[in-house]
Amino acid sequence: MTLTQVDDEAMWSAIAEPSRRQILDMLLTRGEATPTSLAAELPLTRQAVAKHLNVLSRTGMVESARHGREVRYRVRPEQIDAAAAALAKVAARWEKRLATIKAMAEAAHRSQESTTEAPEHQRPPAHREKPYQRE
Amino acid sequence: MRIEREILIEAPVEVVWSVVTEPDQMSQWFAEEVHLTAEPGAEGVFVYRDKSSGTTSTVRLRVEQVRRPELFAFRWVYPDGAEPQPGNSVLVEFTLHPEGDKTRLRVVESGFDELDWSDQAKADYIQDHTSGWRRLFDKLQDHIAKHQSVRS
Repeated sequence: MTLTQVDDEAMWSAIAEPSRRQILDMLLTRGEATPTSLAAELPLTRQAVAKHLNVLSRTGMVESARHGREVRYRVRPEQIDAAAAALAKVAARWEKRLATIKAMAEAAHRSQESTTEAPEHQRPPAHREKPYQRE
Repeated sequence: MRIEREILIEAPVEVVWSVVTEPDQMSQWFAEEVHLTAEPGAEGVFVYRDKSSGTTSTVRLRVEQVRRPELFAFRWVYPDGAEPQPGNSVLVEFTLHPEGDKTRLRVVESGFDELDWSDQAKADYIQDHTSGWRRLFDKLQDHIAKHQSVRS
């Protein structure tokens, strides 16, 4: 998975779950951990922890490596960078949406004004004989 | 997790309200298709189309609050088959304030809606602060800073 392939939506739903946020938090603190050691500190079974780690792995934020009989998990810093950038993108996206709302509302307002009570200066001049003819 | 943005619009609140809440208008600024009724409890969907790959994705939402013309709120990004709640979804709130003949539009997107929580839930949250968004993101920031200093 490359940095550009991080799927915002998958990341959002992965970290929307409180237990997964907690697991990610613990991995950031420890650097590396096994499902068993994480489960020992959480109100979750080892199987439940393993399931959450799988979801986090699919987003690329977490990776695993086998050491003998255990599987150890750790965060992938470059993917965490991408995750943080994706979050910044969410904010930028709202700015774009608000700008579009503004443009739409202002256009609608202007067209309402001109069809109902347009201010004096916006009315077509009354003295023109052919008001729709371009000059 | 909290994102706040606002903008001053030179149009009255009723006009802005229509743009923000009516599906045919929302489809011009939110998603390619919007199926939604602006009524509390109503479920809706946003359909996004990826122009490069041609694939579509559907995001479900549930309308939380509607107070015409000042407040419109919905929850989204919740797991399939689950009821959207403060712990498992993202809340989006639009507030509209008239300023003379203009409107100030504010949007807040938050991972946790702490205001909605019962006192017990709030107490649990404060006690169980390790699962908090703020802490997690502070930590992500620290981690990135460290990682970048190692790289440079």
